Amino acid sequence: MTTHYLVLSGLLFAIGALGVLIRRNAIVVFMCVELMLNACNLAFVTFARQVGNLEGQIIAFFVMVVAAAEVVVGLAIIVTIFRTRRSASVDDANLLKY
Amino acid sequence: MGETITFWVLAVVSVGAALGMVFNRKAVYSALMLGTVMLCLAVLYAVQDAPFLAAVQIIVYTGAIMMLFLFVLMLVGVDSSDSLVETIKGQRFWAIIAGAGFATLIILAAGNAIFAPEAGLAAATGQGGYIRSIALQLFTKYVFPFEITSALLITAALGAMVLAHRERVTQKATQKELSRARFRGDHPSPLPGPGTYARSNAIDMPALLPDGSVAEASVNRHIARYDVEHGRLPDNPKLAEAIKHAAEESTAPTEAEQDAETNEVTK
Repeated sequence: MTTHYLVLSGLLFAIGALGVLIRRNAIVVFMCVELMLNACNLAFVTFARQVGNLEGQIIAFFVMVVAAAEVVVGLAIIVTIFRTRRSASVDDANLLKY
Repeated sequence: MGETITFWVLAVVSVGAALGMVFNRKAVYSALMLGTVMLCLAVLYAVQDAPFLAAVQIIVYTGAIMMLFLFVLMLVGVDSSDSLVETIKGQRFWAIIAGAGFATLIILAAGNAIFAPEAGLAAATGQGGYIRSIALQLFTKYVFPFEITSALLITAALGAMVLAHRERVTQKATQKELSRARFRGDHPSPLPGPGTYARSNAIDMPALLPDGSVAEASVNRHIARYDVEHGRLPDNPKLAEAIKHAAEESTAPTEAEQDAETNEVTK
């Protein structure tokens, strides 16, 4: 079963990466990043059972905590950008371009 | 056997929901799809002898993080959908090619690996059961990272407050100023209420004045704009004209508001 779980985890990770590449809405891009984090957690849990110790689960737990902190700050940044530029699109934040 | 069935059902649902999340145009649907994926993963954790992580996944991800996403979606505006214009030419095509290639790479790598039979967690959780073993690891070997986490969480909460806080650059209008402005404006009295026709849902119907003319000020400009955009104008031409007029007026003040806001920022 380990292979099955790893393939599922890889698929979800690839879908998340694809979403980061093709979506423009900053919030949706952020959701795709969350999906990638979740896929990694699945791989950690799978390996924890495969190898037979709990450290994989502990790491997955820490990933969740860090993800929670990251989401809070990231969404605050998106709200701030939306307030100044009236848009949540990643294409519109190009002030440093020229 | 039971695990295999659970796995296949949840794998199909989660991959479908993940694809739906990426290809859905509306951000709220994407958020709900992501919630589905997270719930599926929680069940998969539970199946894989990780009930603690399954509970944390549901509480932290589906409970807290998804709610935060939905809150921000409502703040930023649900209708802020994606633009279809490609800034980089051919980006979408190459992104899909790259994603497919990446997926094949991972699937081939994971599929070709040969694993020893699963060790299982029975040995690791031998002394005192699963929860106790997790707690033992967290509070002995990983106690320092665990404590650092609290600093991280406090920093994140503080950072969010600092980022979301807005400094007031102008004085807040007092009640005296507000009432003075109201009496100098066009409408010292409250605006007329909408709705004279019981046949329609009356909030978007302008009122009629005693002389039979239409009171444009009685319709909320946002509701009027919604009516115009969705083609929900009444049959009566006089009323329809009034609603259109009210909707056109609404675009001007919002631009002024925007200017005020950008000025505020540049200051």
